[in-house]
Parts: sequence; C-alpha cells; structure tokens
Amino acid sequence: MTAAVKELTILSGKGGTGKTTLAGAFAVLAERKVIADLDVDAPDLHIILQPKILQEKEFYGMEKARIELDECISCGLCLETCRFDAISPNYVVDENFCEGCRACTFVCPTNAIKMVKHVAGRWFISETRYGPMVHGQLGVAEENSGKLVTVIRTQAKFTAQKEGYPLILLDGPPGIGCPVISSLTGVKYALVVAEPTQSGMHDLGRLFDLFEHFDVQAYLVVNKYDLNPEVTAEIERFAYDRGVRPVGRIPFDEAVVEALVNAKPVIEYCDCPAGEAIKKIWERMVEEMEL
Amino acid sequence: MRITVASGKGGTGKTTVATSLALAIGQGVFLDADVEEPDAHIFLKPKFEKEHPISILVPRVDYTKCDFCGECQKACAYNAIAVVPGKVMIFDEVCKGCGTCKLACPQQAIYEVPRQIGIVNEGKSNEIKFFEGKLAVGEATTTYLIRELKKFAEGAELVIIDAPPGTSCPMLEAAKNADFVLLVAEPTPFGIYDLKLSIQALKAMGAKMGLVINKFGLGDTTVEQIAADERVPIFMKIPFKRKLAMAYSKGVPLVEAEPEYEPQFIEMFQKIKELVEEGER
Repeated sequence: MTAAVKELTILSGKGGTGKTTLAGAFAVLAERKVIADLDVDAPDLHIILQPKILQEKEFYGMEKARIELDECISCGLCLETCRFDAISPNYVVDENFCEGCRACTFVCPTNAIKMVKHVAGRWFISETRYGPMVHGQLGVAEENSGKLVTVIRTQAKFTAQKEGYPLILLDGPPGIGCPVISSLTGVKYALVVAEPTQSGMHDLGRLFDLFEHFDVQAYLVVNKYDLNPEVTAEIERFAYDRGVRPVGRIPFDEAVVEALVNAKPVIEYCDCPAGEAIKKIWERMVEEMEL
Repeated sequence: MRITVASGKGGTGKTTVATSLALAIGQGVFLDADVEEPDAHIFLKPKFEKEHPISILVPRVDYTKCDFCGECQKACAYNAIAVVPGKVMIFDEVCKGCGTCKLACPQQAIYEVPRQIGIVNEGKSNEIKFFEGKLAVGEATTTYLIRELKKFAEGAELVIIDAPPGTSCPMLEAAKNADFVLLVAEPTPFGIYDLKLSIQALKAMGAKMGLVINKFGLGDTTVEQIAADERVPIFMKIPFKRKLAMAYSKGVPLVEAEPEYEPQFIEMFQKIKELVEEGER
C-alpha cells in the first residue's frame, strides 16, 4: 500500500520574486521529500543545494527537419508551407525555430527533407545533503521545456514512491505558459511567491486563472512585503478573494542576498528575520498539506 | 534599428531598462514581448486604443469526406488528433497550428478555422507607439504570439523589444533579427549562471550584445569577469538601492525616479547605434 505522494509546486508568475530562495529553504526544512527543479530553461536551485549527480540522461526533443541540399531543387514549397519561419531562403532549417511538425516533408517533391533525432537537453538524478533531487537543463535555444518538466516530475514521483516519501517539492518555472502548465497538471498544492509591486499584482491574476483551470489549492507568500505594505495588503485581499490563501510575509532582508551570493540556503546561512518568517510559513504549509 | 532587451533570469530589471530606454529616447515603437506577463504598460502608461485578436489555424473535419483512415493522427507530431471509429477528436490546446494534418489527409477532408490564442494591445505613450502581446491563460503558443507581435513594428525605424525571460524559444524569437540585444543581469550566482546561458544562446544566433548590470554592488565581480571574457561591453551599472526598489514597486520608471539616469540612457543608445552601424560597414 502506498499513500499518494503530495506535490507542492512553488511558482511566481513574474520571475525573480524569490521562488528558488524559498524552495531552497523548504528543502532544508522539509523532511522525507524529493526535490525537483522544474525551471529547466534557467535552473538555479542546484546552485544553492549543490547536488552530487548520480545519473545523467539525455532528453530527446522534437525531431528536426534537415534539407539535403544535393537533393533540393529550390522549388520553394517548404518555405511557403512552414508556419514557423524556420527555413531560410537558401534552404537551411534553423533548428532554433523548427518545431518538428514535418509539414515540409509532405510538400517536398524530391523527398529532400529528412527528420533527424535531436538531443534537446539533459536531466539528472542527484543526491543532496537534504535528500534526493531531480533536475534538468534544456539546451540553449530549445523548445519543449514542458515535456522535460514532465520527464522530471515522473522521475521525482518514482523516486518518492521508491523511498516511501510523502512529499515532492517542485521549484516551478516563471510565466504562465507551456512549462508552467506542465508543472501544475495533477498537482494538489501550489505556493505563489509574490512581490508587493504593481507588476507583481498584475501578473498574479493570470496565475490565479491557471489555478482555477487546473483545480489546484494555492497559497500565497508575499516576499519583501515591507517595501510596500499597502500593496502587500492589496495582494493578500485579492488572493483571498480568488481562493488563494495568504500564509505569510517575508521581510526585505539583505541576508537573503548574502546567502545567495555565498550559494547557501538562507535558513542555514544565519538567524535572520527572513529565515524566521520562512520557518513559520513552512510550519503552516505542513499543517495545510497534512504532512 | 531593433533593440531587444533580454535576460536569462526573471526579475533582473529587463522591463526597468527597456522602458527607461524608450522614455529617454522619447519616440519609436515599443513591443512588450513578455507575452505571458506583460508589465511594461505599468511604467509607460500608454493610452490603449485598439485590441487585435491573434489566432492560429486549427483543423476541423468535413465528415462528408472523411473515411477515418487515421493519416492525420499519424502525421500530427503533437498528439493533437485521435481517430476513433466514426469520429476524429481534435485537442485544440495542444495543436500548434502547423497545418501538417491537412497536408496529410488523402481525402482533403480537413479544413482550418482560426482559434484565438491571445491579443495584441495597441496604444500610445506620448510619442512612443506601444504594443503588448498578451497570451490567453492556459495557452502554450508563446512563440507564435511573439512572432505576430513583431509584425506590428514592421518598417518602423526604431523598435525596442522587451523580451520574455529565459534562454529558450520565446526569448530567441524576441531577439531574432534584432540589430542589438541589450542584456540585463544581476551580480548574484543565479543571475550569473543565467547570464552565461543567455550569452551562449544569443551568440549561437550571431547577435550583437551589450550588458547592463542591475542591483550593482550586491554580489561580487564575477558578472564583470564574464562580460570581459565574452567581450560583451558593459554600458551601465545601476546600483542596488532601496529607493529604486520602492519606485519600481509603485510603477515609477527609473528615469522618473532618478532623472540623472536619463543622459546615461541616451549615451547608451548612442553607443548601441555606433556598434550597429560599425557592423553594417
């Protein structure tokens, strides 16, 4: 018998609000969990958790089109057909923009276009001082981060089940697009880290729509709340009205940046106000998730 | 001239730099290509005049012609089509609108209909023409929307593009065909790691680059070292100040909060122009 593993995705909508700082702190505080970094585009959690890589795997993305120029008669049909502007006027496929749809292969009269396998990134099963970690790195200029997010989540679940751990901590990607959707599907809990700024406020609404869409129970933390207490209160009210429960505030604290510069989780770096606030938030989350 | 303002990591000050650059110049076209979280309007405060719906073409089946052969399902690289006896199921959310199924159908039973995936808002902020892309919630076609947004600036003499964060397709689409990419980074380990990724991605594209260091004084000098190693000139260093963070939190542009920055932005613009013209010669 295995109890269902609970997944908590930490998100922010807008980038740079403190997602990874919080995820790193939770990694220290939480017991018996698997950690996963889902920001495969620009992963940062490994910088503070310093994992030892146990296994490294290749991630295959969409196959990409390649035009064999000696078979190409420069008819222009592929150029006309490609809706992703991925073929240059001299019949070279730009891998950055080819989405692997194969439309060009259907129209080429000389079968000069081949689909080729493509390594789009790598992913890792690792060990940290705080428990097992699964993470990845998409190659530069790659799409399909949603698919890699799913691969990492599947492995994290597998590891959690194998170890009998009840929790997976997921450090999510920024935005509200494809990779964020992949980091939320089937997840029960999400924690949003917001900053009390006009931009932060504006972006949150779109993230909240997504929570409704995927029926996720979400919680809110306001980071650097004392930079603008009025907007903090406004954001918390707004969240509450949308069914997102405020669970704490973190003060602006230079120690957070110092910890970051020293590549350490803030909780371990010092006894500071931000760390204290994060501990309280974690206690609250343990209650909420019934861990 | 097209200038794209980009950064690997989010929250480093991309929008701060892009909007202040536009305000300092006081003209041209501004494109907010951070279509998942467009924020530039908060600082430029444009008067919105028009809303343009943006759609992709998704397939529909003419059942008078379809014989359920399954070729469309086989052709779809995104698993957006499932053919079952008597029915062709199409999953619009995962369809990228590539049109391959239509090409693959031997009966010509597939036609296409537009499906809205977002909007482009058009407006004006004094002499600056403003366009922002806004992806509909739950949509995944970020790159396509950015490509459509860029069409609104075709033929313009000066275009400033606020790119989405990251190093993957959406950011590269925002930087594609730009004459210059202005990177914004913060001197923290996260910022440095992500800066390296962005430089790698943009170099592969052959982009001309320059760097603005934001929150300067926070961390260490590694970021300057990377810029030197990669031969990316540093144009400006914006110090880490609580006052600036507070202005940002209220939606006040940098050049308004601290007007002494305005000449620095103009000077940076001149340097960018020189570097771009140098390349053309």
